[in-house]
Parts: sequence; structure tokens; C-alpha cells
Amino acid sequence: MAIYTMKEAKPAPTGNRGVIFWLRENLFPDVKNSLLTLACLYILYTIIPPLLNWMIFDATWTGTKEEIVNSGARWIFIVEKFDQFIYGFYPENLHWRPNLVAILSVAFFISLNVISNNKVKITIILLFPIVCYTLISGGWFGLEAVPTEKWGGLMLTVLVAAVGIIASFPIGIVLALGRQSDMPIVKTLCIGFIEFVRGVPLITILFMASVLLPLFFHDGIEFDKLLRALIGITLFQAAYIAEVVRGGLQAIPRGQYEASEALGLSYWQGMILVILPQALKISIPNLVGSFISLFKDTTLVLIIGLFDVLAMVTLTNSDTNWLGFEVEGYVFVTLIYWVCCFSMSQYSKSIERKFNTEH
Amino acid sequence: MKVTKLALLMGMTALVPTLSHADTLDDVMKKGVLNCGVSTGIPGFSAADSKGVWKGLDVDYCRAVASAVFGDASKVKYFPLTAKERFTALQSGEIDLLSRATTWTATRDTSLGLTFAGVNYYDGQGFLVSTKLGVSSAKELDGATFCIQAGTTTELNLTDYFKSNGMEYKAVTYDTSGQTIDGFKNGRCDAVTSDASQLYGLKLKMDDPASVVVLPEVISKEPLGPVVRQGDEKWFKIARWALYATLEAEELGVSSSNVDAMLKSENPGVKRLLGVTGQHGKDLGLKNDWAYQIVKQAGNYGEMFDKNVGKDSPVKIDRGLNKLWNQGGLMYSMPVR
Repeated sequence: MAIYTMKEAKPAPTGNRGVIFWLRENLFPDVKNSLLTLACLYILYTIIPPLLNWMIFDATWTGTKEEIVNSGARWIFIVEKFDQFIYGFYPENLHWRPNLVAILSVAFFISLNVISNNKVKITIILLFPIVCYTLISGGWFGLEAVPTEKWGGLMLTVLVAAVGIIASFPIGIVLALGRQSDMPIVKTLCIGFIEFVRGVPLITILFMASVLLPLFFHDGIEFDKLLRALIGITLFQAAYIAEVVRGGLQAIPRGQYEASEALGLSYWQGMILVILPQALKISIPNLVGSFISLFKDTTLVLIIGLFDVLAMVTLTNSDTNWLGFEVEGYVFVTLIYWVCCFSMSQYSKSIERKFNTEH
Repeated sequence: MKVTKLALLMGMTALVPTLSHADTLDDVMKKGVLNCGVSTGIPGFSAADSKGVWKGLDVDYCRAVASAVFGDASKVKYFPLTAKERFTALQSGEIDLLSRATTWTATRDTSLGLTFAGVNYYDGQGFLVSTKLGVSSAKELDGATFCIQAGTTTELNLTDYFKSNGMEYKAVTYDTSGQTIDGFKNGRCDAVTSDASQLYGLKLKMDDPASVVVLPEVISKEPLGPVVRQGDEKWFKIARWALYATLEAEELGVSSSNVDAMLKSENPGVKRLLGVTGQHGKDLGLKNDWAYQIVKQAGNYGEMFDKNVGKDSPVKIDRGLNKLWNQGGLMYSMPVR
């Protein structure tokens, strides 16, 4: 009786595996590609070692300004001004409050993924901004009030971006629906708003908010500068969101609209239950793209005298004891921006995977 | 009918600012804090230190006014303003006082509804040259190469100066001030020109600050001073005399360290300044010890200068035109008597 014995798998032919095979297949398949590879390697060789030397090996990490001997980056500047880069003028003894908000935000995103009960979810979504605002601005529950002029640095950047994103999203959806509406007045208003806002640069809106608006309300009516900027940014972003969402709405086949009507759903029911979930899913990549560009656009608030993390570089460099450290400041801020934007795009990928219903 | 109504409305809105800010002193007293507009960072004039505390010559002027009004230099709220926002912030009443290295020109003094209270720094366009050139005066710069920023008044002043002195220069033109400085750093030109107060800051940004030198000549007039709203004489006089008090104190040798001892001075000028005799404070609508508080808390002009931009600061700007009148400068206080 023949007994079946498993045969050992033979290793693949040596010519088809291993590092050398990969190199030959991908980097040196023919003469032209080999030359390109060599050229790229040479460029990397000329850039990376000096960069690493400057950033890490020759850098100064500790000590005082007077003791600098190395030729590389002088990170002591960042160490000295770190709190200002992160919190701006926020009082030092209250730094735990923005820190707590940061921790809560992480918890917030995790809880959205874990909790399945929709009512609990909505409560959390509505409560979260209120809790954050109370913590940062204070004035209630025995928390010391911190006026908005003291907010700054990375905290302000994230805050402006977050408010811009969260507040503009619902407004944008409503505008997109309005633009597609059959009601002529609503439609005209929405188109007018969207096209007007998209026709002017963000910087103009910010100038308008900071330079023109105060002239309209004189005397006593102190309309917070940050609030003015936030409203401007939100309206600006809403117009762009509206166009992105409209793109999603137009991609939904006519049959879906008709099907929801055939089921006897009202306009809002049909939109919320049938159309929007599909339209928004399609729009995710574009939405995140416009959120990332908003995050970077927030640096424009520096032209109206708000100190976001980039403006902080200029400010900290005008301290007479620390003149001439711009390069270190800008490199540091670049890293911060990269980390933030990269995380956002990764998060969007995970959302796309989560909502992917195609099989 | 409609037109009259509209005109009336416009007339009313035009009236509102002058009415509501008719008494800035009263408003400031009620608020309990002086809203002072400063820059978003000019080294030595107004900038935040590592603790986030505002420091500088312009900031010290805010402190002087707060000392005069409240007897407490710390009762100031600083409003960092960009160059574009500064006048609106003052016109709209957001700030009570603008102390932001602002050049006093006829246009600004007459057409913006604002008034300059005086000059707290006489600035002007100067030259920063490499020591390699071996020149000690701008007159020796014939044929030199300049890094300049295109389309600025700086460029115009430079052309005028060289023309009127029958000299020639070569220009390397850049778009932004940052690029201009980098050009100079990398040896593309022999000299850069900018406001003298900026040049000393630039000097510190060089890899080797000793390799460059600021020439003594100043070729344009840039008088920098604090600004208030037009139409409130009382507040304007407080702003003006707060500045004079710091100058008068320096002239009389009264400083923050000796001001208490000076209260017993026999010098009639000191007695009048510090409010021991006379009632100059009352006449300003303030307490009689207004100038005592200024000197005690904010210091005299010389102290402010040395600490922020002068010999005790890293910037080490030469006092030059900002010396007192009796030492060869332009700083002159009207007599307190």
C-alpha cells in the first residue's frame, strides 16, 4: 500500500530570490535604469550625510548659548523656547489643561471606534467640544480664565484647524445640498455664497476680519480677534467642503435618489439614510485633502497678529538674547507639520478601509 | 427722505468714535488696564522673552504710561499687531496707545485721525559693511556692491544719497529682506542698508558678528514714536508728558535706583518733576507722584535704552542721535515747571 508522504518543498531557484535578485530586478534591469539608480544614489550620498551631521551628530542638544562649539544645529534654542512653541503665552502653571485636552482627544477618537451605541456616540461628539473649550478657556468650575490673546503655538494651530474642520463640515454639507436643491432662492443663495468665498483668497477674508470689522463696531464691543479669525476660516472652509461633497453627491446614481423616494422616505430621511452615507464615503479622500490644506493654511493667521506655531518662530527669534536661530526654528516647525499632516492622511486611510463596503 | 436718513445715519456713525473715546483716561481707569499695541517681534523694541514676558524700549514706554496712570507698571495688556493692523486697532478703540516703532510722517499724523505723542527713538537708514572693506565712513563706499530689497524706500534713499555725493554703487537686488541678508552673509555684496536699529540685530545674526561693522552715517530720517487717537487732548498730553518725564529724569540724574533718595533732593527741578512741589500731575488729571512712579517702575530714558537696545543689551546700539540734547543728541524734554 502506497502511503502518501508529504514532499519537502524545494527552495526556489537561486536566480529568482534573495537580495541580489531583487536588486537586479528592480534597480539594475538594464543600462538606462542602472545609470539612473547610480545617479540617485550619488544625489542621496551628497545630501543625506551632511544633513544627518547637521541635525544629529554635530548638533548641540544641551548647555547654554555661550557654550556652543559644534557646527551643527543648535537645538538648545528649541529646548529653551519649547513651551512657547507648544503653548504660546498660555500661563505655565496651567499647561496641564491643554495637555489634558490632548489626552481627551486621543480618548475621543478611540472611543468613537469602540462604542457602537449611536446615542452614546452622538452625546460624546456633542459634549467633547464643550469640555475642550471649557478646559482651555476656563472661567467656569473654578478654572482660572485664560483670555484668547494668551493662546498660541501648536495649541492654537491645532485649535484653529480643529474648529475650522469640525464647524465647516456640517455647514459645507448643507451648502452642497442647497446647491442641488430645487428651491430657487435657496439654490441662488448657496451658489452665491460658495462662488463668492471661493473667489477670494483666505488672506483677504482674514484681513477683512481683523482690519475692517473692528471699524464697524466701535466702542466697547470687543469682538475677540481669534473668534473673528475662526468665523472667517470656517466660512471659507465650508465653501470648499460644499464643493467636495457636491462631487460625491453627483457620483451617486439617479436610481438611488429615486429608490429612496419610492420607499416613501422624506427628503431629509432619504438624504441622511441613503444618499449622504454613500456620497460622503466617496468624498473621503478629497475631504481629507482639503482638511490637510486647511491645517497648513492656518499659518496665515500670523498676518493678523495671532501667534500660531510658525509665527512663534519669528517671535522667539526677536528675543535679543536669541537672535539668529531661525533655521532651527523652521526645521522644528517643518517636522511638526509633517507629523500632523502625515497622521491625518494615515487616519483617513483607516477610515476609508473601515467604510469600504465593496467585496 | 431716504437720502436724509442715510446721511443722518452716516453722520452718526462718524460721530460715534470721537464721542465714545472722548475721555480715554476715564475709560482706561474704568478698565483698570492699559491696552497697548506693540509689534509681533522687533528685537529690542518689543519682543517676548523665554518666559513669554514682553520686553523692549517700546514696551517700557507702555509701562511708563501705566505707571503714571495707575502707579503700577504691570497693568498693561499687550496687543501684538502687524504693521497693517496697527492704525485700525487704534482707530477702532481696541488699544489706547500704539507703541510699535512707528515712523512719524506728515501723512500719518494728519490723515489717519491719529496724533504722534513724541519720538522715543530717532532711527534712520544706515550701512552694515564687512570689516574686510576697511572703510570707516559711508563716504568711502564709492563703487561698492550693495544687497538691496527691490522696490523699497530704502533703495530710493540709497540712490539719492549716492547721487548727491557723486558716488556710484552696484546693486544686487533681492525680493525679500531675508534673501537680502543671506546674500550679504554669503559674500555676494560688500554692504547692506536698512534702518540702523535693524542693522545691529542683523549683525548679531552673522556667523561672526565681529566681521561686520555698522557705519556711523545715517542717510534718512525715521523718527519712531508712540501714537494716540486724535481728538482727546487730555490723553495725548499724558502720553506726551510720560515720554518727557523719562527724558527729564535722565537729564536730572534721577534713575530707578536713586529715585527714593532724590525725593529729598534740594534741586528745584527734581522737586517739581517728582511732585514734591507744584501740581503738574494734578494738571494732567493724574496723581502728583506720576513721574516718580514712572522713574521708579519703568526707569528713566537712559536706563530703558541701555537695558533694551544699548550697552547692557546684546544688540549694543550706539546711542547716537538718541543722546540727550546736552550730550550731542536730539532727545529734548520740554521743561517740567
